Amino acid sequence: MKEHIVASYENELRDLGRKVAEMGGRAERLVADSVAALLKRDTELAERVIVQDKTVDALQREIEEAAIAMIARRQPLATDLRQIVSALRVAGDLERIGDLAKNTAKRALALEGEYRAQKQLRGVEHMSEIAIEQLKSVLDAYSNHDDARALAVWKRDGEIDAIYTSLFRELLTYMMEDPRHITLCTHLLFAAKNIERIGDHATNIAETVHYLVVGEPLSDERPKSDTSSLTKMSVSR
Amino acid sequence: MNSISVRAAADNIPSTREKLSIRGLSFFYGESKALNGIDLKLHERQVSALIGPSGCGKSTLLRVLNRIYALYPNQRAEGEVWLDGENILRPEQDLNFLRARIGMVFQKPTPFPMSIYENIAFGVRLYEKLSRAEMDERVERALTRAALWEEAKDRLETSALGLSGGQQQRLCIARTIAVKPEVILLDEPTSALDPISTAKVEDLIDELKRDFTIVIVTHNMQQAARVADRTAFLYLGNLIEEGLTSMMFNNPKDRRTLDYITGRFG
Repeated sequence: MKEHIVASYENELRDLGRKVAEMGGRAERLVADSVAALLKRDTELAERVIVQDKTVDALQREIEEAAIAMIARRQPLATDLRQIVSALRVAGDLERIGDLAKNTAKRALALEGEYRAQKQLRGVEHMSEIAIEQLKSVLDAYSNHDDARALAVWKRDGEIDAIYTSLFRELLTYMMEDPRHITLCTHLLFAAKNIERIGDHATNIAETVHYLVVGEPLSDERPKSDTSSLTKMSVSR
Repeated sequence: MNSISVRAAADNIPSTREKLSIRGLSFFYGESKALNGIDLKLHERQVSALIGPSGCGKSTLLRVLNRIYALYPNQRAEGEVWLDGENILRPEQDLNFLRARIGMVFQKPTPFPMSIYENIAFGVRLYEKLSRAEMDERVERALTRAALWEEAKDRLETSALGLSGGQQQRLCIARTIAVKPEVILLDEPTSALDPISTAKVEDLIDELKRDFTIVIVTHNMQQAARVADRTAFLYLGNLIEEGLTSMMFNNPKDRRTLDYITGRFG
């Protein structure tokens, strides 16, 4: 693509893209660290995640300010407008991802000294691996304006949802078997939900990439596989 | 996900009936060809914007539509322009009648050096015999529609040259609509106006399109995005792309359109 006649406009757009990429990298690291903290019971790492989430929030504010100033000053159209709107949207999703990672890290701190459910931990670990892959993939798709790759992420989210649903059942069963597991399993359940939500944000970003590249919203309904809200369990026993 | 789009001035586009149909139109200034086989339909009661870099032929195209060019020797058009099933480029076309049907407003306000009242009445008298009372009413209606009545009603007999630039331009629009045209051609109508006057003229365009077919040439991309239902992009005398304004400014199909509207050349 040709460069803008106004060089400072070109630089601002490039800068905006760079900031989003940096924010993406940081959010990705927070997710990986929060899960590692949970699995390895690393309280120091968990605390670091909680502190570092603030830098992700700060980046979001910077991106927002830059985008608003560009809209006001440049009156962007077509691809430029889409690029700016996409930066705003992606930054919003990444900020939420940072918050979810922070929440997982807080649960890692709450769980101190209580670990035994190795099998369930593995479930959370497996989910998080896919979620992190999805996040990496969609951030690459964003940087490279790669619609095909974004679509692949969008379609794959069902996998995370399906694991979440089965983990949900498993944890419920485990809690019913032995009430002493309830505290641990509840925290794990929330951690799993956080990861499932991170997957959803990755698909939001995929939709944004599609809009950015093609100029039209993704119209199909995404296949949903999180059926945990439909899972029936008898309350009175 | 919601699509973010630059909305056209009206999403409920009132009509898709063709008012003007330009077919295979080429235009020459002496030896040099300024338009190259243009095919374009302009729809009734819609605002169509013509955009493109300087010298691309958009003002030329506008000038063909009411045959202003016929005033100059050495300028000629080839092809056809159909207005309601009538080719207005045919030699026997009555030009006075044509210009009553297709009015034009220019970049710089061009009030006649006479009173505000006479500026409007002058043109009307060429086509119609009205009593004083009828003429008064016609003048008031035209000024009201052009959003100038409140400012001008107490000074109708004073010279139009005493009006501000923005008021003069609205007077020219009032003068144009007073003869009840069907099509209004606007050649960069706000490029010499301040932002408030520009906003008033844009508001006026929105209001006028309920009755008139409007064609506007503008260098201001955002203005085209704001006021036009459809937009056509011309480059080097060729029509590159034409379509709904929302499509043209969100997601143009031609690379040259994209480069132009985003400020990459032009």
